[in-house]
Amino acid sequence: MIRKLTFAAALMAATVLSSAASAKTFVYCSEGSPEGFDPGLYTSGTTFDAAAHTVYNRLLEFKPGTTETEPGLAESWEISDDGLQYTFKLRPGVKFQTTEFFTPTRDLNADDVIFSFERQFKADNPWHQYVAGAAWEYFNGMGFPDLISSIEKVDDMTVKFTLKEKEAPFLANVAMPFASIMSKEYADKLAADGKMNQLNQMPLGTGPFAFVAYQQDAVIRYKANPDYWNGKQKIDDLVFAITTDAAVRYQKLKAGECHLMPFPNAADVEAMKADPNLKVVEQEGLNIAYLAYNTTQAPFDKVEVRKALNMAINKQAIVDAVFQGAATPAKNPIPPTMWSYNDAIQDDKYDPEASKKMLEEAGVKDLSMKVWAMPVARPYMLNARRAAELIQSDFEKVGVKVEVVSYEWAEYLERSKAKDRDGAVILGWTGDNGDPDNFLHTLLGCDAVGGNNRAQWCNEEFNKLVVQAKTTSDQAERAKLYEQAQEVFKREAPWATLDHSLSVVPMRKEVEGFHQSPLGDFAFEGVDLAE
Amino acid sequence: MADTTAIESISVDPSRRARLAEFWYYFSENRGAVIGLWVFLALVVIAILAPVLAPHLPNAQYRDAVLLPPFWEAGGRVSYLLGTDAVGRDMLSRLLYGAQYSLFIGVIVTTIALTGGIVIGVIAGYFGGWLDTLIMRVMDVILAFPSLLLALVLVAVLGPGLTNAMIAIALVLQPHFVRLTRAAVMAEKNREYVTAARVAGAGNFRLMFKTILPNCLGPLIVQATLSFSNAILDAAALGFLGMGAQPPTPEWGTMLAEAREFILRAWWVVTFPGLAILITVLAINLMGDGLRDALDPKLKRS
Amino acid sequence: MLRFLLGRLAVLIPTFIGVSIIAFSFIRLLPGDPVALLSGERVMSPERHAQISHELGFDRPMITQYLDYLGGVLSGDFGTSIVTKSSILDQFFVLFPATVELSVCAIILAIVLGIPAGIFAAIKRGTLFDQTIMGTALVGYSMPIFWWGLLLIILFSGILQWTPVSGRISLMYFFPPVTGFMLIDSLLSGQSGAFKSAVSHLLLPTIVLSTIPLAVIARQTRSAMLEVLGEDYVRTARAKGLSPFRVIGVHALRNAMIPVVTTIGLQVGVLLAGAILTETIFSWPGIGKWMVDSVFRRDYPVIQGGLLLIAGIIMVVNLIVDLLYGLINPRIRR
Repeated sequence: MIRKLTFAAALMAATVLSSAASAKTFVYCSEGSPEGFDPGLYTSGTTFDAAAHTVYNRLLEFKPGTTETEPGLAESWEISDDGLQYTFKLRPGVKFQTTEFFTPTRDLNADDVIFSFERQFKADNPWHQYVAGAAWEYFNGMGFPDLISSIEKVDDMTVKFTLKEKEAPFLANVAMPFASIMSKEYADKLAADGKMNQLNQMPLGTGPFAFVAYQQDAVIRYKANPDYWNGKQKIDDLVFAITTDAAVRYQKLKAGECHLMPFPNAADVEAMKADPNLKVVEQEGLNIAYLAYNTTQAPFDKVEVRKALNMAINKQAIVDAVFQGAATPAKNPIPPTMWSYNDAIQDDKYDPEASKKMLEEAGVKDLSMKVWAMPVARPYMLNARRAAELIQSDFEKVGVKVEVVSYEWAEYLERSKAKDRDGAVILGWTGDNGDPDNFLHTLLGCDAVGGNNRAQWCNEEFNKLVVQAKTTSDQAERAKLYEQAQEVFKREAPWATLDHSLSVVPMRKEVEGFHQSPLGDFAFEGVDLAE
Repeated sequence: MADTTAIESISVDPSRRARLAEFWYYFSENRGAVIGLWVFLALVVIAILAPVLAPHLPNAQYRDAVLLPPFWEAGGRVSYLLGTDAVGRDMLSRLLYGAQYSLFIGVIVTTIALTGGIVIGVIAGYFGGWLDTLIMRVMDVILAFPSLLLALVLVAVLGPGLTNAMIAIALVLQPHFVRLTRAAVMAEKNREYVTAARVAGAGNFRLMFKTILPNCLGPLIVQATLSFSNAILDAAALGFLGMGAQPPTPEWGTMLAEAREFILRAWWVVTFPGLAILITVLAINLMGDGLRDALDPKLKRS
Repeated sequence: MLRFLLGRLAVLIPTFIGVSIIAFSFIRLLPGDPVALLSGERVMSPERHAQISHELGFDRPMITQYLDYLGGVLSGDFGTSIVTKSSILDQFFVLFPATVELSVCAIILAIVLGIPAGIFAAIKRGTLFDQTIMGTALVGYSMPIFWWGLLLIILFSGILQWTPVSGRISLMYFFPPVTGFMLIDSLLSGQSGAFKSAVSHLLLPTIVLSTIPLAVIARQTRSAMLEVLGEDYVRTARAKGLSPFRVIGVHALRNAMIPVVTTIGLQVGVLLAGAILTETIFSWPGIGKWMVDSVFRRDYPVIQGGLLLIAGIIMVVNLIVDLLYGLINPRIRR
């Protein structure tokens, strides 16, 4: 089926490509195949890069290279005084892409916005189950079903969201890939033709690049959208060459077969930096790896004990052994690229002697504990077992015996949630929307005890701050509250913060205008190739 | 079981020495087989003596000697004869220890597959009927999958690791033994000597394993050699795919998987483990050819 | 012939049911809860968990699930992937031509080189030529092909820069997939250089994949030829003074080919197993790589459907080989 559908599009594109021989083509050696092209259905960055950041726009967008939001398809918005009503004014004259498989007859309007959300929201929407097993992971994961009370069309260009409670991160949430705005006209046509599946195979939106064709596991082709509301792109064609092996990606980059690649092997980075044809940019990813004590169990219910153990961990050694340097030791529970990061905070010094003394003073003798090590590699922790072994030897130096335990991944996640869990857990988090709430409240709030809050830590002072920040609309005010919360966190030490991994992006020298996203996206709006 | 059958054949077969001599005659006719045998013996010695021979511990990391080339290349050091890998481990030492793993895998997998295959095959062949049909259908099902694919999925089910990889490979190699044993047993079970033993009052078990089986051993030995080399290859392939032995185990396939990212920068980390696999498998296959010539009367002519 | 066919089918159907049971039960045996894995670090509420389990059908009795699955398979519905949420059969049909193209090229290469090599080795039995050929064949037969592939990449892509590292065709060429076979499609496209590019991409994977079948075919041809050359009628023909070419080319070869054809048929399974490694090394978008990726992504329905489809193909090909064999060699029909 897929083949038949893409056929016509491909045929068209072939002629386009051959007629414009001098077209500027930007090739991105992507790390994997997208799962599909409906960003609402999936959770992986690979899919978001291929669908959300090329074909689609959202009401709000993240400012390139930051975690802050700016107007997107919504030109402006108003928040009611009670913080429950968000009224978005849509940008006028926004055109949907004209492609070989669909020609739009009207501009963006409120119906498109409502369709985009309701297909994920309402179980009785005909699109709610248009692919088998559609779970709308992010829509649910961000708590939208319980948060949104209604979405209404005020007029053709105005949409009003009514929330059930105050939620300041809501604006960041609607800038996330799952909230991409689709064309209702296109969807209606597909429904009428009985080809609803095509929505997930041949996307059509308002974004900078229009979808041309996808050859499974090989290549995705886009062309610049000439009607793009934010101006036509400088490159004519965008190609995702799917290359799963990092060494092969590097080889292709060196050979000039692609212009930019994600996720290099840590071992290759040195050589890339030395290559005169390449340049490398890097920054901390939107993630944190931590060791969460169970703060409800003795002796870890004592702050001094947790503090002392934190001082016994040599984080730099972990960063070196696990990441070969492609990470930075973490002092706060949020990454440095996130707004409200409190850089004034002093990290606990690595000092086994002092640590030993503190433990003695706290009356802890012959302590033996478990450290849980994840069985899988995650971006924030490539080898938890190795990290656990290092922590084991660090703790032994201060007289604490450690047993390293591990479970199969799903079981690990499940068991580590238990309130009476025995031992400290290595785990981490990759942020979704760049909002500090997504770390501080989600991972450390009182509501999350027995769930995401692996430290089982419910601190009144901290919780008050993050809840207050969640219900405050003013960003500067929120930032202050979060900075305070980080101070409380550091004082109370429910976690040993381990590391933020670095995201390293090598590219050809001639690439211009690429903004490395702290959110981990690879978006090519605005890129150009120098002659 | 191998012991008891051997003892049995001594007592019932006075011409054993002659047969052994005949076997050696045919085997040594084949020069390749003899070379294979010597190489194989050398590998066994290396595996046993690895702790003595290896200049370094297999997992010792020398931070000052990362990705050093072999000693004869510029930048190489004599203390790391075949160079070092990405975290500064001595290649030679890892290769020597790797021989332990590969031979161990071969022995265990072949033993499991052979024992299981013989028991199931004898039962199927001796009893026949619905039991035979059922067993053979199950074997057909296993053989319907490409062996590596089945092993891969089995390991995914059981969890990646050397033990599980060995179980999975033994399972996919087993049907060959079952088929061979069954065919041999069916051919033998109505022979006169079996009938005679039965008349003399031998029980089923005795008939199956002590009377019939020793007469079907030839093809089984040949198949066992084949399985030995297949087991090593498949285990290395699973290791290569990340589903076999897990790092930092110095298993050759796993070493190759770790080396992949250096393929264009450090040829030695890629070349040597593969060469080790090839030499081992080749030696065993050479032996296997010789064994087949010596044991399989049908092929002796050629 | 009909009875022969029916007999084979009588064996095939229970085997297929067995295969489907195995493929089905794998998912249920896999450790870990596939639903929980979907959400990773993000904690899923119990209600949400139950809802997704229900949507995926994991909460029904095992027998019902199996019968539903078998019913689906028989009507051509192999389910949908958890990861991509698209139809497994559709994905299979998109990727399968790539594997077929590679396998067919590999088997052709193996036949074209293997059979003559085996014949000449048999004729020149015992000479250095024979020993070299057979020695090489044994090396090929013992080859860890995943390493062999890496070596070829180092040599041809790295040092000599003759061949590309991965993929099926250069990104410069873009045309619609008509047949799914890149060699044919590139010719149909009429774009100059496209065919050449497709060939250069195909070269190394083909060599790697053909290595083992080539060795097996050469060895099998040699021993079959030796056997036939020893038969009375060949000796008679020789005694009659027929030219050696005629003796070998006509009399001996025809009879020697019977076991060789069987051997070639048996290579289908070998090729598909080899495709797993070859496609992984060369990033060849075929079903071997698809299966490996799915194992790593824990995409259980795809593993299940893929196992079933691949086993089904092998069974059908083996049936065809059996039938062909029955045609060539009437003796076994009874």
